Amino acid sequence: MSGTFLGTPAFPDAAREALEDSQLRRNLAHATGTIRTKRAGVVGEVDEWEQLRLAGEAIKNRVLRHLPDYLEQLERSLTAAGATVHWARDATEANAIVVDIARRHATDEVVKVKSMATQEIELNDALEAAGIHAWETDLAELIVQLGDDLPSHILVPAIHRNRAEIREIFLREMGNAGRAAPDDLTDEPRQLAAAARAHLREKFLRAKVAVSGANFAVAETGTLTVVESEGNGRMCLTLPEVLVSVVGIEKVLPTFQDLDVMLQLLPRSSTGERMNPYTSTWTGVTPGDGPQEVHVVLLDNGRTDVLADPTGRQALRCIRCSACLNVCPVYERTGGHAYGSVYPGPIGAILTPQLRGVGSDPQTDSLPYASSLCGACFEVCPVRIDIPEVLVHLRGEVVEAHQEAARLPSVQDMAMKAASWTLSSAGRTGAAEKAAGLGGKLAAKLGRSAPGGRAVLGALPGPASAWSDSRDIPIPAEESFRSWWKRTDGGRSRTEETAGDRSRTDDTAGDRSRTDDTVGDSSRTDDTSGGRDEA
Amino acid sequence: MPRVGLMVTCLNDALFPDTGKAVVTLLRRLGVDVEFPAAQTCCGQPMVNTGYLADAVPLVRNHLEAFDGCDAIIVPSGSCAGSVRHQHGLVAERSGDPGLVRGVENAPPAYELTEYLVDVLGVTDVGAYFPHRVTYHPTCHSLRMLGVGDRPARLLRAVRGLTLLDLPGAAECCGFGGTFAVKNAETSIAMGNDKAHHVRTTGAEVLVAGDNSCLTHIGGLLSRQRSGVRVMHLAEILASTERVVERRDERSADPISIGSATPQNQEAHR
Repeated sequence: MSGTFLGTPAFPDAAREALEDSQLRRNLAHATGTIRTKRAGVVGEVDEWEQLRLAGEAIKNRVLRHLPDYLEQLERSLTAAGATVHWARDATEANAIVVDIARRHATDEVVKVKSMATQEIELNDALEAAGIHAWETDLAELIVQLGDDLPSHILVPAIHRNRAEIREIFLREMGNAGRAAPDDLTDEPRQLAAAARAHLREKFLRAKVAVSGANFAVAETGTLTVVESEGNGRMCLTLPEVLVSVVGIEKVLPTFQDLDVMLQLLPRSSTGERMNPYTSTWTGVTPGDGPQEVHVVLLDNGRTDVLADPTGRQALRCIRCSACLNVCPVYERTGGHAYGSVYPGPIGAILTPQLRGVGSDPQTDSLPYASSLCGACFEVCPVRIDIPEVLVHLRGEVVEAHQEAARLPSVQDMAMKAASWTLSSAGRTGAAEKAAGLGGKLAAKLGRSAPGGRAVLGALPGPASAWSDSRDIPIPAEESFRSWWKRTDGGRSRTEETAGDRSRTDDTAGDRSRTDDTVGDSSRTDDTSGGRDEA
Repeated sequence: MPRVGLMVTCLNDALFPDTGKAVVTLLRRLGVDVEFPAAQTCCGQPMVNTGYLADAVPLVRNHLEAFDGCDAIIVPSGSCAGSVRHQHGLVAERSGDPGLVRGVENAPPAYELTEYLVDVLGVTDVGAYFPHRVTYHPTCHSLRMLGVGDRPARLLRAVRGLTLLDLPGAAECCGFGGTFAVKNAETSIAMGNDKAHHVRTTGAEVLVAGDNSCLTHIGGLLSRQRSGVRVMHLAEILASTERVVERRDERSADPISIGSATPQNQEAHR
């Protein structure tokens, strides 16, 4: 039985908790840093990387443009190759199909290949409810499952755990789920892997039914592909009699040749490897070899809604490499659980709200704001998903959804309206700046001088505390640039220096402390302007 | 003579006018008679990035009117230049006003300061003097949205007396992110503290960047930590010269030069 993301608080609250977890912070900084460096190395050695990205983007865009055609072609190819194709509108339908197949084979267990689609539909819970154990066989998924934990990364779901924690989980839990870990287990990676191997082997040899996802599904040939690093996936794909694959409808590729591009992009972006270790492909049923009953469940679960959004649909190009997670400075510090979804990180922040629907709950609506819009994700995305663009687009959708649902405008709505009104006129902007300058003059008396001579304010209570808890606040300039330009004709006026001198001597005594600095600053600039005249 | 408009940005206008003045000084020294179209206000990025695209429409209109007739726009901010170049089209399209869409398409080109210096004017040595140890933070929008590349570093390396120190993890976001800094304050601060830590390990006196927004965030942390590190906009370093030292006799009348090698004692001039 695995945990649930249900009840995760909105991102800022979930993040706050994660940020205080020193073990998590250390594990994540180490793990993401390592994968990031590895990826940068193997991507850097490919001269035509940009062309590959463009090709990946183009292939996926073609798929999305003609999705119904390719899906029907895939169904025909699969059927011709002896597979059974099922169509599932949502998680409930998909889970029912898998449960039904397992029941027909009178089994109380299935072995599972690591799969995001089955995590998304929470298949394990549905199987468990039907009295069927679902054994995760990917090492990291096994760690998550044994620890009654939640995945926190697309590629490395147990990235938040270090090897000492993994050893404890294995020692404590393996015996309850099958073959126990040896008592003298250490946290050496080789020993941990050996314990998992022994534990999983008996399940591979026993299970009648396997469940997988697929990284790609080729419409032309009906070939499904699973890309993995351990070989445990291949065990599931070859040993059991029955194989059920739950495949998101966006996973379809037009031709076998398209795998050429994808299998170059994926491993380098994902694990930082030049070539993927275990790439399994199967085309329906091969008599006498591998599973003799092959099912493919084509899953929508919100994907056609995403497809309907011209800006948001690029999220469907995602090949689940997780490069965006590894470079994301937010993810690196908060970890995956804070996103409250099996899809964490930047891609999760654009995919989850679209799959669930913007406006459905506060947690979902907080996700598009869980980014500083730094753009590192877009830079590494192998299929060029402009994640910052979609984040901004979804923020717009969130605001619209709230405005439609609420009878009264929110504080933020009113603040934005007021800012828009003020800032759409230079006169109003100038007046606001004058007021701020006056306020600044008063505030400067409460402040202190930061390096460089600028006055700043320290911690303030109330709404200003979000900024000022840890950051000093700059005080508005007494004279805005706009006023300076007007007063001095852009520094050309011959009276500029005397104007500066005058204010130094003539201004009221109360202004002194601040005025000196400002005057000093403006005469400084003036001075360098003079340098221009000489040049 | 091409008409060049300075888009000072609302943040610099109200909080950092010295950056605007430095741009004026610098461009005039390089022979560019920059104008300040007084009707300008804000590019609208705060509204767009918070999800209020409709509220950004009047600001985009105002921008177009303010800079109408200019041949080029110079912006001392990678973020605001990026907003004009990449977000105004989005706002216009969402507004459903084909006139606004055309207006954005035909708007004068907006250059981030270092792009204008290096690409349009073709200079890297702007004749500046700044005898200090400096480290440079490439802000995300200048680096990734605009792709300014090594232009700022080339400009800084040509500054006489300046020692440019490598910033570890330079390309990583400082955590400012506009409203992100308050909506997700804890995460923003966690990112900023790591950035401030990297800045402090360089041993630099000054942290320089092309965006005062990011510098407000990092600088706010650095000054709270009493790190002694000063933050400066790139334009202010490029504008500073040795003149004060040359005109030694006038120093007392004109005490402050950011380019001076000696610390300034402001108390002495009160």
